[in-house]
Amino acid sequence: MDADRSQMLQDRVRAARADDTPLAIRGGNSKHFLGRTVDGVALDTREHRGIVSYEPSELVLTARAGTPLAEVEAALTKRGQMLPSEPPHFGAATFGGMVAAGLSGPRRPWSGSVRDFVLGCRLIDGQARHLRLGGEVMKNVAGYDVSRLLTGSYGTLGLITEISMKVLPVPLHRRTLRIVIDAAEALRRLADWASQPLPISGACHDGNALMLRLEGGHGSVDASSSRLGGEIVDDAFWTQLRELQLPFFAGDAPLWRIALPMTRQLPALPGEVLIDWAGAQLWLRSEDSAAAIRNAVTELGGHAECWRGATAADTPFHPLPPALLALHRRIKQQFDPQGLFNPGRLYAEL
Amino acid sequence: MNILYDEALDGPLPPVDKPRLLTALRALLPGVSILHTAEDLRPYECDGLSAYRTLPLAVVLPETVEQVQALLRHCHELRVPVVARGAGTGLSGGALPLEKGILLSLARFRRILDIDPKACVARVQPGVRNLAISEAAAPFGLYYAPDPSSQIACSIGGNVAENAGGVHCLKYGLTVHNVLRVDIVTMDGERLTLGSDALDSPGLDLLALFVGSEGLLGIVVEVTVKLLPKPEVAKVLMASFDDVKKAGAAVGEILAAGIVPGGLEMMDNLSIRAAEDFIHAGYPVDAAAILLCELDGVESDVAADCERVREVLLAAGATELSLARDEDERKRFWAGRKNAFPAVGRISPDYYCMDGTIPKRALPFVLEQIGALSQQYGLRVANVFHAGDGNMHPLILFDANTPGELERAEDLGGKILELCVEVGGSITGEHGVGREKINQMCAQFGSDELQLFHAIKRAFDPDGLLNPGKNIPTLARCAEFGRLHVHHGALPHPELERF
Ligand SMILES: Cc1cc2nc3c(=O)[nH]c(=O)nc-3n(C[C@H](O)[C@H](O)[C@H](O)COP(=O)(O)OP(=O)(O)OC[C@H]3O[C@@H](n4cnc5c(N)ncnc54)[C@H](O)[C@@H]3O)c2cc1C
Repeated sequence: MDADRSQMLQDRVRAARADDTPLAIRGGNSKHFLGRTVDGVALDTREHRGIVSYEPSELVLTARAGTPLAEVEAALTKRGQMLPSEPPHFGAATFGGMVAAGLSGPRRPWSGSVRDFVLGCRLIDGQARHLRLGGEVMKNVAGYDVSRLLTGSYGTLGLITEISMKVLPVPLHRRTLRIVIDAAEALRRLADWASQPLPISGACHDGNALMLRLEGGHGSVDASSSRLGGEIVDDAFWTQLRELQLPFFAGDAPLWRIALPMTRQLPALPGEVLIDWAGAQLWLRSEDSAAAIRNAVTELGGHAECWRGATAADTPFHPLPPALLALHRRIKQQFDPQGLFNPGRLYAEL
Repeated sequence: MNILYDEALDGPLPPVDKPRLLTALRALLPGVSILHTAEDLRPYECDGLSAYRTLPLAVVLPETVEQVQALLRHCHELRVPVVARGAGTGLSGGALPLEKGILLSLARFRRILDIDPKACVARVQPGVRNLAISEAAAPFGLYYAPDPSSQIACSIGGNVAENAGGVHCLKYGLTVHNVLRVDIVTMDGERLTLGSDALDSPGLDLLALFVGSEGLLGIVVEVTVKLLPKPEVAKVLMASFDDVKKAGAAVGEILAAGIVPGGLEMMDNLSIRAAEDFIHAGYPVDAAAILLCELDGVESDVAADCERVREVLLAAGATELSLARDEDERKRFWAGRKNAFPAVGRISPDYYCMDGTIPKRALPFVLEQIGALSQQYGLRVANVFHAGDGNMHPLILFDANTPGELERAEDLGGKILELCVEVGGSITGEHGVGREKINQMCAQFGSDELQLFHAIKRAFDPDGLLNPGKNIPTLARCAEFGRLHVHHGALPHPELERF
């Protein structure tokens, strides 16, 4: 099943270039609901798949973009390692889609994000050149760090065909605690704990209780868990949170993802809230207008993305200041002068 | 190939009317220090790569962001190139001035603007020293993780420009992993915010692109960094080996065993002896190599990890193991490593520090090859590594007063870097390309990739006025490099015209 189909992908881009037809790149299509709709010919990456190299003692894994994320994670699990940023699957995610969307799960504030672990990638650009950027080594500052720029670019700069990522050992021990306190008290405690060396790797207030995940050696997890209190519950909570499968995420009410500074101040907005990332990421169910939500969030130094609902259909991603948008356009122009790759997915102007 | 700016290969630079420019700058920036006499310019003629020197047209030392904006706007209009300089500790000639350019020193931007212990962030000006951030955060039990050996001197702006690392970056990451937001001024004088105070920001990740861009895309005028809680304890194990290869293999074994040490460093016999002579760290001077493995975190975990690492090291053939008994001894173990460069400086009139990265599995092969090259060139090489992340710092010992030795050292250095590329590594792990490795970039990247890099540069600085000639070689330079340097019979960049 594993196959190097980069030649085929490159031919597709060449053809798109020749007849000037935009491409809508997709892997597992698991994140189709994110961003603006793209008017283009579908280009599926899933035939270009397979783990190219994986050496546990190097802490590096390289796989083709169309490889199912689940397959990558299974290979890592077998050797006691993981993708530390805990990217969501949302169904049948591919490795390439994971990087293109750049979304990270509950461990993100402590472990780092998907982009933090990207070491290198291969890219087919707007001139149908197949480029090799970054590499398979942990430290590399030769040239510009294009691989990290591509992370979270939603395929607007080109077609990512292969990625090398740093991976880490799975922690020896893990425990989930449920502490019944309200959100304000949870945020207060989290603020106190932030400057202490505690093995916290997940902190979410689900509306009823503070859910904490501890990861590390037995000693530190045991000691912290008896100090922090609460009841020991199933670790499955974190997967449900990562996959947006908790009851909070059910139903049709608009869903917003809000990123905030670590100051743990919450915007005053109508609707239901779930706090993740120890207060640095909020999920909001609210019928409020996009402008009202964004104003409140911007004031605190954050930004807001609309993940579900038609409230902000044309600008699901937080709008950019004019000078920054102009720079985005100049970058897009350099990577993809004909506008072939996912035009408009991030912003109408890109 | 000389690495000083060469208009024939690196592109023509516009002529500048110096007296007119100085008059205009004085009018534009009243009260700002503008240095222009040879005597005043001398201290700025080089950075840490002191074999190469050029006097700039003038040095400007602004004190406010508005002044930086005004300066850049003006230079943009007049088409005068600008080179940024932080503390000037860079080792790749990134801050090497241009004869026809302004050197913009950020040395006056020394204020720590804000420390927020609850949010664990610090907002600082670009000229603030790396260590000063950790010192200011210490009363809150916090610190800034990336710790380059130059941390007492280097500036955070320079760290951002080079994506600096340190002995702890295997576990805690490089600069790119530890900054949240960078405010920059682009060549046309526009101030932009990249990243945000949150953990991510809307749009493309321009912060990640900017970190490590060596002053070619914009001037850093403010940086917000993450602070981390100080680990409860840190312990250091020192393992001796009678064979460098066994030490190299042990590194992979530790990582494969599921342990990520805070630091994992290696030194070979020559560096051990030099460091011991200088610092009296208690190193075993007869060992072929030592590994220093620091384990940090919560006390009980660290104790358990120490036990596991001890087993792995013994199984890997360590001949002796010692655990630093107390904080004093731990500091001494590290002092030897952190002073390895100056220590080697004591046993040789000059040394040339390399900075390649390799996959760890290639370590034994690369060490063997370096040994062979060292024989071939008749120059000693001391090896010091950030072993955990495959970042090697071979130090080539030479005497610049012996005619031809500097050139031989540079040739040998170039060969070592090409060796790194050959085994799938990189020509620079943390010191940057600057001017020093501009030719080896042609070995690491093909012309398609180089063209993309130039395209990115154009998006930020269409006229190519910020730090021209650094980081990314022109295709003309690569053609020339290829002509002089037919590698394994295959010509790199065969598509380019030779001249
Ligand atoms: C003894 C010694 C040990 C070292 N150890 C390490 C180490 O362990 N790890 C490591 O990573 N490095 C190390 N270095 C290299 C050096 O200290 C780093 O590269 C450091 O980040 C440079 O900072 P600086 O302020 O001195 O920058 P400079 O040398 O002044 O400049 C470096 C580059 O950054 C650009 N620049 C500087 N400031 C700005 C700004 N505000 N905006 C835009 N561009 C700017 C310059 O144009 C130049 O290209 C070492 C150097 C020495 C001398």
